[in-house]
Amino acid sequence: MTAVENATAASAGPRAVTRLLWWRPDRAGTPVVLALVLVAGSLTFGGSFASGRNLGNIALDSSYLLLIATGMTFVILSGGIDLSVGSLLALSGVLTAYGSRWGTLAAVLLPLAVCGVIGLVNGLLIGRAGIAPFIVTLAALLFARGLAFAVADEGNTVHIIPADLALTQLGQARWLGLSAPVWFALAAFAAGVVVLNRTRFGQATFAVGDSQEAAELMGLPVARVRVLVYVLSALLTGIAGVLVAAQTQSGLPTIGEGRELEAIAAVVIGGTLLTGGAGTLGGTLAGVLLLKVIQNLINQVGTLTAYYQQVVSGTFLVVVVLIQSRLTRRRTR
Amino acid sequence: MADTLAARRARPDILGFLQAGGVYLAIAVLLAFNLAFTPHFATAANLRLQLVQVAPVAIVAIGMALVVASEGIDLSVGSTMAISAAVLPLYLGYGVWPAVAIALLAGAAVGAVNGSLVAFARMQPIIATLGTLVACRGLALVLADGRLTEMFDPVLGALGNDAVLGVPISVLLVLVVTGAAAVAVHRAAFGRRLLAVGGNHAAAALAGLPVKRTLVTVYVVSGVLAATAGVLSTARQGASDPSFVGLLIELSAITAVVVGGTPLSGGRVRIVGTLMGALLMQLITATVIQHDLPDSAARMLQAGIIIAAVYVQRGRSRA
Repeated sequence: MTAVENATAASAGPRAVTRLLWWRPDRAGTPVVLALVLVAGSLTFGGSFASGRNLGNIALDSSYLLLIATGMTFVILSGGIDLSVGSLLALSGVLTAYGSRWGTLAAVLLPLAVCGVIGLVNGLLIGRAGIAPFIVTLAALLFARGLAFAVADEGNTVHIIPADLALTQLGQARWLGLSAPVWFALAAFAAGVVVLNRTRFGQATFAVGDSQEAAELMGLPVARVRVLVYVLSALLTGIAGVLVAAQTQSGLPTIGEGRELEAIAAVVIGGTLLTGGAGTLGGTLAGVLLLKVIQNLINQVGTLTAYYQQVVSGTFLVVVVLIQSRLTRRRTR
Repeated sequence: MADTLAARRARPDILGFLQAGGVYLAIAVLLAFNLAFTPHFATAANLRLQLVQVAPVAIVAIGMALVVASEGIDLSVGSTMAISAAVLPLYLGYGVWPAVAIALLAGAAVGAVNGSLVAFARMQPIIATLGTLVACRGLALVLADGRLTEMFDPVLGALGNDAVLGVPISVLLVLVVTGAAAVAVHRAAFGRRLLAVGGNHAAAALAGLPVKRTLVTVYVVSGVLAATAGVLSTARQGASDPSFVGLLIELSAITAVVVGGTPLSGGRVRIVGTLMGALLMQLITATVIQHDLPDSAARMLQAGIIIAAVYVQRGRSRA
């Protein structure tokens, strides 16, 4: 065990530092594209794009996705996928609003506990029972959406969070010009970077995703890692759901549809391989921002209808991933 | 991966049969329950309604099964349905059949884009088809200007609602598609190529198989089948509704494929099982609705059945 740790530490030593800074040359494509898009956006639209107000909106919009995509990065790095996050976001929001009648503590703990349990069940079915992640989390997607509708009385009841609740004030607070969810997302992201690059669990996540058999032979707790990444993903999504509910002061069972695909797209645009074992959280941050900045830019073009926005976003996703895979292939040769 | 010819031949033992037949068993149990406890279940009208409702999902799921067998996935099927639904009224002026042909061609075009991205640009199928999912739904809405278009064409109406010898046309179409896919996979060279490619791309390429052509073909087939489902849904409604037709059908189709016993790892496929998977999911929804249980209960029950079905089949995929 110690020999193995030494070996991984030695080989990952200098790389871990660069990984922390997300400037591995072969994965720098996304930050470069992001910078270009930001410059182009500022030059084209000037004040309406580069104003503090608009950038603050982009940050708030990105914060929920960043929370979800941080968990998704761990899951994808471990070689899995989590399709349940969109439904979990809705479930968490509904439970927050439902629990708010008993005060802030219940409004936060109830959704996190339920999301944690669903993440644990996902993880156990995948890590211990050996069922494919795609199928388990597809079932969880259905289950969580069903539960959200059941709590919301089939969508006939919208639970409201009282305006004078501490949670509402916390969720709608602004510190240093940025909304509270942005700070929560950045804190979770920073914690994620430390966990991924500086703990045994993080290194084991890379190892499991790279080769499960090799990780098993090295004596790593493969099953435990595969359980924990789904708990982490569900909990981070749960936090995002609490924050969405606090912002909107209500819990809607219909939100978050398709969010899982958006989060997966952000992670993949950020250079993390869907096959697992290689990727960075910094890339995910860049991927999240890139998606949200592009959406914002498309909104700035007033002449484009909402329908054309979808055409552009879809094409854009394909083009970015194409460019990036070309960059990665060339640099690593 | 361990899916050698020998392993496939050695399957018909009793345990293997029980595992493979899990979906049939579940359907039998649900049918028995409904016959015993659900009033008006065993009427011709109700059975016909259930079959007509499941037809689009079943057709899309057969195409999905072929894509999954190639170790891929097609998330864009719902948006492809929307494109075919949007194209249909635009060309109805030239006659019904030309309009239907163009709708199917549009589906083939989406499939060709997917297939090329996967085969030539070597993109991950889930990302390539996610891109077309988003882009094609937008394109369909652009084509239709975001509006629902009512259509009063007698031939189209007949396609959606008429029956031949008591069997609705859409159900006949499901049977034809299932039969053709089963023959293509189990009795034709195409099937052997497909399973070899899905089992191991590199090995298939080394064996001299046309890997890229096979990949493009399955995505085109999936696109055409999705477009067919789009035409059927539109015909049945008598209206083209590109904002809602086929929404989230990719999840139902993947569920049907998986519950029917096709592993997502590629190289193996069960065509009839996929049809049964679609029927099982429809039967669950119908049972829940006819017993006045809420829709949310149906979803949670479906989640449980997916896990149970795949858990039972787990041993087989390891053997």
